[in-house]
Amino acid sequence: MEQDWIWGLIGGLLIGTGGAFYLLFNGRIMGASGIIGSLVDGSAGNTKWEKLVFLAGVVLLPILLFPVYREVDPHITDNVAVLVAAGLLVGVGTRIANGCTSGHGVCGISRLSVRGIVATVCYILAGGVGVVIFRHLLGVI
Amino acid sequence: MKRLIFAFIAGGFFGAGLFVSGMTDTAKVQGWLDVFGAWDPTLAFVMGGAMIPMFIAWAIAKKRTASVLGTPLPPPPSSRIDRKLIIGSVLFGAGWGLAGICPGPSIASLSYGGTGIYIFVAAMLTGMVLAPFLRTRLDKMVPAE
Repeated sequence: MEQDWIWGLIGGLLIGTGGAFYLLFNGRIMGASGIIGSLVDGSAGNTKWEKLVFLAGVVLLPILLFPVYREVDPHITDNVAVLVAAGLLVGVGTRIANGCTSGHGVCGISRLSVRGIVATVCYILAGGVGVVIFRHLLGVI
Repeated sequence: MKRLIFAFIAGGFFGAGLFVSGMTDTAKVQGWLDVFGAWDPTLAFVMGGAMIPMFIAWAIAKKRTASVLGTPLPPPPSSRIDRKLIIGSVLFGAGWGLAGICPGPSIASLSYGGTGIYIFVAAMLTGMVLAPFLRTRLDKMVPAE
């Protein structure tokens, strides 16, 4: 679809607006892995409700937009082994690195954080090499 | 209470943006990472678009001593590049490439991703529970540098 980049840009602006609200009103960096991870490992403390409500917004808005927006197929693989391996890697990796695409990527690079830039280069390179290996060499995805 | 309202607004924008941008479509994410296949540039527009409001927000935050609601603002970024940052990001990237899903979109697509997203999120949460143990081990390792 030719207009995909326009939707990408609009969606990106919305994502950044969410991050701006979270920073300026709540004083927090909008990092998805930190928000989820601190809830499951118990480190969220008294920010627990703030984070749960944030995640509720993330789940709810797509449901509200569903009837008015184009059909979305997430094309998620039905290979359970791939899903489990990928989920474990994403969960462990983001928590060790202390950030993911939103925290290190969007919020980190926009403040010219060296850690954010280094992390983003690492996960994009690993992702690119991963796709080459798993898709083109092994043919598992 | 106000903090909860603004957290919900922020999460709402984030979820709406992930949905509208196509970033919950694993084919688009893997298409962007796949420089040797049919390369899909969408993700670059999403990242670029997201950085515009964030760049402005950081500029405003720099001039303030606290958030609008009075909570402390994040400290200046650390520039410490350590083993955890590199190893963690490489592991995350490998998983991201493998399934085309990162933490934000995994939550945004919970309502329409089907069984696959439940399996992914369950594995991701397990990984997040295990991470502190691995982090401690990495901390104990004798520094290589």
